[in-house]
Amino acid sequence: MREQKKLELEGRAKQLRKIALTMIYEAQSGHPGGAFSAADIVAALYFSEMRINPKDPKWPDRDRFVLSKGHVCPIQYAALGTLGYFPEEALHTLRKENSILQGHPDMKKCPGIDISTGSLGQGASAAVGMALAGKRDGRDYCVFVIMGDGEMDEGIVWEAMMTANKYKLDNYVMILDNNGLQLDGPCDKVMPGLDMSKKAADFGFETFDIDGHDMGDILDVFDAIRDRKNGKPKFINARTVKGKGVDFMENKAEWHGNAPNAEQYADAMAQLERGLK
Amino acid sequence: MKKGELIATRDGFGDEIAELGRENKNIYVVDVDIGKSCKTGKFSSSLPDQYVNVGIAEQNGAGVAAGLATTGKIPFVVTYAVFGSLRMCEQIRQEMCYPNLNVKIACSHGGLTPANDGASHQAIEDMGVLRTIPNMTIIMPADYNAARKLVKAATEMYGPVFLRFTRDAVPVVYDEDQEFTIGKAVRVRDGGDVAIIAVGDTLRLAIEAAERLHAKGIEARVLDMHTIKPLDTDAVDSCIADIGKIITVEDHNKINGLGSAVAECIAEAGHGVLRRVAIQDQFGQSAPYERLLEINGITVENIVAQAESLM
Repeated sequence: MREQKKLELEGRAKQLRKIALTMIYEAQSGHPGGAFSAADIVAALYFSEMRINPKDPKWPDRDRFVLSKGHVCPIQYAALGTLGYFPEEALHTLRKENSILQGHPDMKKCPGIDISTGSLGQGASAAVGMALAGKRDGRDYCVFVIMGDGEMDEGIVWEAMMTANKYKLDNYVMILDNNGLQLDGPCDKVMPGLDMSKKAADFGFETFDIDGHDMGDILDVFDAIRDRKNGKPKFINARTVKGKGVDFMENKAEWHGNAPNAEQYADAMAQLERGLK
Repeated sequence: MKKGELIATRDGFGDEIAELGRENKNIYVVDVDIGKSCKTGKFSSSLPDQYVNVGIAEQNGAGVAAGLATTGKIPFVVTYAVFGSLRMCEQIRQEMCYPNLNVKIACSHGGLTPANDGASHQAIEDMGVLRTIPNMTIIMPADYNAARKLVKAATEMYGPVFLRFTRDAVPVVYDEDQEFTIGKAVRVRDGGDVAIIAVGDTLRLAIEAAERLHAKGIEARVLDMHTIKPLDTDAVDSCIADIGKIITVEDHNKINGLGSAVAECIAEAGHGVLRRVAIQDQFGQSAPYERLLEINGITVENIVAQAESLM
């Protein structure tokens, strides 16, 4: 049962990566590196963990998904399109005029987007507002917020975490896509490297360290946190690889915001089809 | 409040928001540790379940408010105008205005009124900066009574609103039963020789100037342009067509505030002359409020002189 679910979700993640890469290739613009590092977590959330209803994107009791690192939205669009939040044809319109699929997520244009993001750090704050409203209204939803590791440079992230702690938002789940690279290079070269789990713990979070590409690890941590109503917000430090699944993209900051050419696209799609090593 | 009484418009906000919150459980206040100064005490003590205080973290306060708004709340982020416009400017743009969320920003210390605090706390650019952001509504009530009515109106409209109040006490100029519509100027006085358009508490200067001009045989139309965005262009265009001579009065930098908004109308109309009584593109300092206004020529005497120069 468990093994079957794991296999199914690995297949979903593979599909999401292929769709996202095709979107970025067709748009000749986008951010594959961080999309691939987050792909397995996004697949597990949308196809297993989150209580959502694609037919009713504004269902008040739904779990919220906040892509604070909004630039990797093709991976989220791939999930939303697959689930039927919008017609799958729209997946071919990324970054095109009048598209619902803007370069960064737009809650007014695209069904299933809970908050517009794109300016780094701000999703962490908005997610606090959502989680707080859930607590005050007695609703049982969780708010999952995906952060980039470079994004942790933003001061607002820590302001948001202090607030989540103050209001004991155990329905607030911050997931760090810790792929080690940001636009200008290795995160610890841009700003001195610190132990994010330790920092999060110091800010009152219950922390979990996982391999962000191991579906077993991902499912285990979600199983562990859903019902932990202990007054502590959750921090999942997911060790990931930027560009995961395509050898020439893996661990390369150059693939933070680059679209592949035709040859690279064909090579990458073949590698993705073979699955993660 | 009775006409002529002295009270800050921030008190009008504090009294009104506490009443509105009792009637509507979706109204929230998000404070950033200056609740005492911004008069949210009645709200926070009587409505703790609708109250949030994120500490000295304006940007996060803006973001938390946006998140609350996605769930149907009507949050008011409450701070000083300089922080409620500039410190959290990009959050206002990205998380309130771009998604057009129903967040209100209620700010004390608008203009030069935190007089003794000096330039760091005096918001002279706030309305101008926010005026350039799509979907934003910008309001500065003239007195306590107007503040109460316009705060209520802001909760009844959908979308982001920036409300600007005075820290210092200013005289009440309106009766309690005066009605206000967001985006519609109030014609406070009629006259055909010159139009004086004011925003915020400087309306009292415009009214007094009109009285002095009357004694000199010059009749002024006085408009309270409490909403500078969306601007009541019909009211401005009528001033241009009927009179053609306009003076704007504001406690805001002369660049991109009310004067600039009216200048845009005049330029598009292709005729009309304008004099702007405003802050002279310079920072303030610690000094009494009336003295700071005087340094910038925001006085009854200067409005009168400007009017006479147009005759």
